[in-house]
Amino acid sequence: MARFVLRRLAGMVFVLFAVSVLTFLIFNVIPNSDPAVRMAGRQASESTIEAIRAEWGFDKSLPEQYVTTMKKVFTGDLESQFTRLNVGEEIRKGIPRTLSLAVGAAIMWMVLALALGLFSAVRAGKFSDRFLTILALIGISMPVFWVGALMSHYLGFKLGLFPNGGYVEFAKDPLDWAYHLILPWTALSLLFIGFYSRVLRSNVLDTINEDYVRTARAKGLSERRVMVRHVLRNSLIPIVTLWGLDFGAVVGGGAILTETVFGIQGVGQYFGDGIAQLDVPPVLAVTMLIAFFIVLLNTIVDIAYAALDPRIRLQ
Amino acid sequence: MSGPLLSVEDLHVTFRTEEGDVRAVDGVSFTLERGEVLAIVGESGSGKSATVMTLMGLTRSANAGFKGWARLDTGDGELDLVSATDEALRRVRGSRVAMIFQDPMTSLNPVYRVGDQIVEQIRAHERVSEAEAMDRVIQLLDRVGIPRARERVRAFPHEFSGGMRQRAMIAMALSCQPDVLIADEPTTALDVTIQAQILERIRELRESADAGVILVTHDLGVVAEIADRVAVMYAGQIIEQGTLDEIFYDPQHPYTWGLLGSIARVDRPRPGRLPAIGGMPPSLHDLRVGCRFRTRCPHEFAKCAESPPLEARAGGAGDHLDRCWLPPAEKAERREVGGQIGLGRKEPV
Repeated sequence: MARFVLRRLAGMVFVLFAVSVLTFLIFNVIPNSDPAVRMAGRQASESTIEAIRAEWGFDKSLPEQYVTTMKKVFTGDLESQFTRLNVGEEIRKGIPRTLSLAVGAAIMWMVLALALGLFSAVRAGKFSDRFLTILALIGISMPVFWVGALMSHYLGFKLGLFPNGGYVEFAKDPLDWAYHLILPWTALSLLFIGFYSRVLRSNVLDTINEDYVRTARAKGLSERRVMVRHVLRNSLIPIVTLWGLDFGAVVGGGAILTETVFGIQGVGQYFGDGIAQLDVPPVLAVTMLIAFFIVLLNTIVDIAYAALDPRIRLQ
Repeated sequence: MSGPLLSVEDLHVTFRTEEGDVRAVDGVSFTLERGEVLAIVGESGSGKSATVMTLMGLTRSANAGFKGWARLDTGDGELDLVSATDEALRRVRGSRVAMIFQDPMTSLNPVYRVGDQIVEQIRAHERVSEAEAMDRVIQLLDRVGIPRARERVRAFPHEFSGGMRQRAMIAMALSCQPDVLIADEPTTALDVTIQAQILERIRELRESADAGVILVTHDLGVVAEIADRVAVMYAGQIIEQGTLDEIFYDPQHPYTWGLLGSIARVDRPRPGRLPAIGGMPPSLHDLRVGCRFRTRCPHEFAKCAESPPLEARAGGAGDHLDRCWLPPAEKAERREVGGQIGLGRKEPV
């Protein structure tokens, strides 16, 4: 177990290195024009461009440029080319917002998908199951920016049931925090609820026919215990894996659209703005953060998988 | 108590499928006494598993229909396993009637420790603490021959070999001292040395606990070793039933002859190839009137178009029953094939 984690950490260093090289190449080399000019933006004076070139070492060799850039990323003196605000500082401010959105949504979609998936499986083939299948398909088919915008417009703006976007810190007012996040959570969760409930339903229907479920019944356990301890427990293994990976993906970029639609001002929105403005430093930093987060969650998922299924050995 | 431990009367099990109703069990009756091993033999699809699964309520589903009775003597009154409520059935499952399944590799839940799975059964029926139950499980595993049981209770099923898993399943089945043990092809998936050990455990149970055992198998070697009485099933019905000796030395039904004739024997000259029963069992979708074996039977005659009831035809004590219209004298003659019992060839009746 300890060896497994160490090896994963070593692997993580390698992945981050590869991601940083790729990001560096994409932003500085592939466009095939002077990166200093692009970074300086329109109508920049010759002296500004010169200063940027000196600061980032764009007049030196590529490896030297890479080292300079990475130094900036890791020492935290990366600044936005437009706002001159410190990138690390901005990300730090955005993280609680992004995590509030992602954690809340992840809990919401898991709980609802569990309930709906299990219900669907128990009533497989009946009207309620078919109805839920259709709902799930609709949920999967609706893009978050569209459904988010609709919710925000009708429930927020028109009816005034919910605040019109924005974010309130948890420490300031937990209730208001949740109140502001209900719509974003829902918008982000819909797709996952639809998808997860389908996966769970088919897992449950497969597991129900396993020999060990028959054994559980033959043991004289109550139907409820058979369903929860034997059917659900085993059906959940793949779902939990999926959950970890999707959570990583949501934190690392999946929430850009939701954050933007609801004006949450988290890391995702910061990332999106950076891309829109071709602001290299924020994009570089957030990309690295995302890569780190996804590798981290993959590792956690593997450990969780081994804990959930004793047949899996970590090595 | 004077009555039998378990008495199954005219049991019918029908499954609704898209191609129509399947009569998996069609009027099966038998009794089981304490201290007795009843073997139910027959080929795949003959309804033997459906019969015993029904006794455990494991065939209950929206698509299954049941008729008949299966009266279990619970010690204080009778319980009909066919019509019992789910809750009444739950209470006897595992405690009064326990079952061992065919495939030990998949019959234990892979995510729980073996000991915990047996503790779960004990605690579903008795108010004992976790620790007490675990002590009992250790004793049980020890008794079924699992070495270092105290440590092994903490193992997961995948850390057990097939034979050990089946022994764990037996320990589980015995954990609440059941009155009826149903073993559904318990040795089919195991190699022969393990088979012998498993049979030894079943024999011990019968002798020590005053329990009755129903052994479902298609392995006549296993039957010869352990059974007291035998019921032969074909196409959802019992076609012959009697003591072990009656079935092996005085079989009345041509299907039984065929089964006995198709065993490989080391004490006889080796035939070029083992005799097999030609043809296929009838489809359970549309069973015609008459003897169900007649399409494969070389001894078919006019009378076979009528359905033969299960009756004592062989004489003797009167509990050797069969469903063949042939006169007993004819039977004794026709089943002799080259000095041993076999299905025989076609001759006019």
